[in-house]
Amino acid sequence: MAVDRLEILLRSAFPDAVEAVALDRTGTNDHFQVVVTSPRFNGLTLVDQHRLVYEALAAPLADGTIHELRIRTRGTQ
Amino acid sequence: MSELRDRIKEIIDTEPVVLFMKGTPEFIACGNSARALEALRGVGAPITAVDILPDPEIRERLSEISGWPTIPQVFIGGELLGGADITVELYERGELPAKLFEHLGHGWQAPGSERVIELAGEDAGPFRIVG
Repeated sequence: MAVDRLEILLRSAFPDAVEAVALDRTGTNDHFQVVVTSPRFNGLTLVDQHRLVYEALAAPLADGTIHELRIRTRGTQ
Repeated sequence: MSELRDRIKEIIDTEPVVLFMKGTPEFIACGNSARALEALRGVGAPITAVDILPDPEIRERLSEISGWPTIPQVFIGGELLGGADITVELYERGELPAKLFEHLGHGWQAPGSERVIELAGEDAGPFRIVG
């Protein structure tokens, strides 16, 4: 399942994440919502937070696994 | 440095609020582009829309400039605000007007002010304003 792959990538990029989940938003295995809560985001702008998520998911973004991605990030402070 | 890239950069640097989207405000071709557009409309931001669909190179050059991999992309005062999720999140938190004020100053609001800049490929000559 693609969501499992995405969660593994998120967990490895954000090992101290309180939450790192991927949801198949449309049931078609290509439109995803990811939610990441991590101290890594503390003090970062939303743009920089999302950039880190894009970096973590660069491979599935590049290979077409992810057709559409919604991102929700939170720091822990 | 490509000519198209220069033109995209010029639009980002000179237009108050730019929405790079799939389709146009009249013919929206993507749900996330619609979400970003509605958030900007919701606060009465002036919107300059650029359709990235006519030529795949538009998106490639844009992402080179912004380092942002997905569409839509919203720029305010020459700076990347983010994609649809950030635009909507700031709107829902009520923080979007403050962002617009921060970059554009007093008088940033221009409800209903929407135009489209049409970018074509390298062979099509300079961009023209169509709306």
